[in-house]
Amino acid sequence: MAVSTSEKVKGGFTFRRGVHPPHRKSFSESRAIEQIQLPAGSEVVVPLSQHIGAPCSATVEAKQQVVVGQEVGSSDAFVSAPVHSPVNGTVKEIAPLPHPSGRKVLSVVITVGDEQPEPSIWRELPENCTIDSLENTTSEQIVDTIRQAGIVGQGGAAFPTAVKLVQNQQKPVDTILLNGCECEPYLTSDQRLMIEAAGPMLLGLQLAVKAAGAQKGIIAIEDNKPDAINTVFKLIKDIDNLQLAICRTKYPQGGERQLINAVLGRVVPTGGLPLDVGVVVINAGTASAIAWACIEKRPCYERIVTVTGAGIKNPGNFRVPVGMMLSDLLEHCGGLTDDAEKVLLGGPMMGPAAARLDLPILKGTSGITVLSKAEVVENKEVACIRCGRCVDHCPLNLVPTRIAHAVKARDLETAEDYDLAACIECGCCTYVCPSKIPLIQYLRSGKSMIARKKQQVKSK
Amino acid sequence: MTEEQKSKKPTKNAAEKKIEPEKKSTPEKKKPAEKKDEVEKKILLVSSSPHLTDTSTSRRVMYEVVIGLVPAVVMAVYLFRIQSLIVLLSCLVGCVGTEWLFNVVRKKEQTALDGSAIVTALILGLSLPPTLPYWMAIVGSVVAIAIAKMVFGGLGANIFNPAMVGRAFLMACFGLFMTTWTLPVPEMAEQQVQAEAMELQLDTEVAAVTQPTPLALAKQAIKDAHKEDQADKVTPERVEAEIVSLFWGQTSGSLGETSAFCWLIGGIFLLVRRTITVHVPLAVLGSALVFATIAWFVNPDVYPEPMVHLCSGGLMMCAFFIATDPVTCPLSKLGRVVFGIGVGALVMLIRLKGGYPEGVMYAVLLMNSMTPLLDRWTRPRTLGGSVAKR
Ligand code: SF4
Ligand code: SF4
Repeated sequence: MAVSTSEKVKGGFTFRRGVHPPHRKSFSESRAIEQIQLPAGSEVVVPLSQHIGAPCSATVEAKQQVVVGQEVGSSDAFVSAPVHSPVNGTVKEIAPLPHPSGRKVLSVVITVGDEQPEPSIWRELPENCTIDSLENTTSEQIVDTIRQAGIVGQGGAAFPTAVKLVQNQQKPVDTILLNGCECEPYLTSDQRLMIEAAGPMLLGLQLAVKAAGAQKGIIAIEDNKPDAINTVFKLIKDIDNLQLAICRTKYPQGGERQLINAVLGRVVPTGGLPLDVGVVVINAGTASAIAWACIEKRPCYERIVTVTGAGIKNPGNFRVPVGMMLSDLLEHCGGLTDDAEKVLLGGPMMGPAAARLDLPILKGTSGITVLSKAEVVENKEVACIRCGRCVDHCPLNLVPTRIAHAVKARDLETAEDYDLAACIECGCCTYVCPSKIPLIQYLRSGKSMIARKKQQVKSK
Repeated sequence: MTEEQKSKKPTKNAAEKKIEPEKKSTPEKKKPAEKKDEVEKKILLVSSSPHLTDTSTSRRVMYEVVIGLVPAVVMAVYLFRIQSLIVLLSCLVGCVGTEWLFNVVRKKEQTALDGSAIVTALILGLSLPPTLPYWMAIVGSVVAIAIAKMVFGGLGANIFNPAMVGRAFLMACFGLFMTTWTLPVPEMAEQQVQAEAMELQLDTEVAAVTQPTPLALAKQAIKDAHKEDQADKVTPERVEAEIVSLFWGQTSGSLGETSAFCWLIGGIFLLVRRTITVHVPLAVLGSALVFATIAWFVNPDVYPEPMVHLCSGGLMMCAFFIATDPVTCPLSKLGRVVFGIGVGALVMLIRLKGGYPEGVMYAVLLMNSMTPLLDRWTRPRTLGGSVAKR
């Protein structure tokens, strides 16, 4: 191949501002991904809304038999994603049940049957399966397959992937960025996926490049994951349109806007989408799901979840059926330690704390972090000393303290004027604040107050 | 705000309670057992992300500043002995006491020992002359904390640097005491020894009271420039001879004004600890240097060398400890640079053209009043452009 190493791999990418939280990846970083098999008789809860967009309506009824991969909910809306059964079993009921979002969401409860198929393969591609062997699949077919497979962004936001990849004449896409940064502390699911199953992931990326009509795919990995970098590098050496970008470890590098800025130097306009600058960002897990959907029409009913933190007895990485109960998963990991204090749905920077454990794992659940007492910092809020650290570290270059004060005073106009809408809720401002002011809470409530106000205006 | 913090559960904070109506039922401790299995029996803590935070706290920031002040305090005590202790302790008692009293009377959470009152006390004390009567130091401290800080709403809400307000008040009321300078004790002793050795009947008492500060000398030099051939004419050369002693702190002046070296050490400590950023100190020193150099080039017969200005008076103290007060300087880096340039320029303007030999206090207070405007003018540009402006 004529392509030299220096063109294939570039390093030192970074974005401005942001923070350097401790990585704490050692709990689970070296643990191989373990496939979880649900025992017969246990239950899975498949919420009909696991994504951004219209919720699905159930396509099955109570007492109906379902098989692995069968669609149990779908929607005609453009921005939506169908949901599938992860097991062979019987539908027990369809009822509003607790959901990680905090509300109750209509969910399909399935009792796991006695006979389950062999676990699906996921580490290695079938023999002779390359992008060339899928040559006859058109862009439209790929997008359609992705839509039917119910694939959503697995990094956390859970935006339907098919919607991102649909070709748009006005906004051509030239680059697909594969987000392998995993900048959240503790979490290692993408890292393990890149080490153990990079083949399917890279095929997924190539398929995404084809679907979107892009010219190239770039895999972005932070420099604290050398194993992943090595594995991926070996595999892309001979693939023409793939490149590797090594980013300097910093939070929130995995944020779409930051990653695009770091790797390509482009700035996504406020209120716009990566599409506006010709980029689509997909997560490592998503890419892998795309590959399997295209190879064998396998829908997205499993995902890789890191269970980690000092509050869990046996941390590790698991391939989990979507819909498995959080409590079952924690139990599988030996349960919580005596000093476990907080269970987070995601990593410590962005993951909300779970108030209860009877919640299902969703397509967008990248990890469960259980913090022990020692890891939980009790912080007393004191007055803002105007130190400006929140301003200096906000990756969006906002003035968080000003916005928070405005929200506190219910001065929504000022808050909007200071671009509250641009906030990506990364938490950097709150992380650095020496006065321990929960700035992000004010920002979030400010956003919801503005949304409510707009709704009122509309309904009038 | 502060009342809520008295609640027994420390995770409860004002934001959750006051502002988030849609989450009104979010309790802090939740989830009693539903199933019997061990996992479910845990009581979980619920709070908002991020769940990790930086180890720095505001209290720590303040005490780091206190540590940064230690070299200057030690030097002050070495130079002025008991007098300095009296002034500094009076300020400490005055500042911390006032804040304590205010909180008790207003039934607010006690913040007297959060470090900020101590910083104010030390900076005020170090900017006072050693001969100041202790009760005046206390009056200045009370004014600094009560009027400049607590009335505005306590830490973080004040517009003006409390220590500088206290000093301005003393200046206005007790101008004479505020401008009486003595030579440091070791220097005085040395002069006395020399005088005795030369069998000169030098009245050290008088010498002690009338010793002008280097900057007063410089000012005198500016005035004297117009005099012709007078025996006691103060020339820039005489002033320049003071640079070395300025750096090490062997001249007369306020408690902390005398040694640029100590402020440099303290300032570097703060920079290394990242308690302060380089923006304000560099801007202050840089702009002062530029203006002093211009003046020196224009008329070297009248104005002293730029280094005299950098090392003398409160400029170092101002650059690292006074102008950097986070509360009263702008939020953004650009704002801080503009603020620092303004302080440096005003200091030089007052020193070279104004009626006072030293201009730090007024320069800082003036720029403090500009801070809200600067905050608006130097607002950082949102990445991706502002929605509001479109
Ligand atoms: S970081 Fe905290 S204390 Fe500093 S300016 Fe921002 S809100 Fe205020
Ligand atoms: S204001 Fe928003 S975008 Fe900026 S640091 Fe805070 S949470 Fe992140």
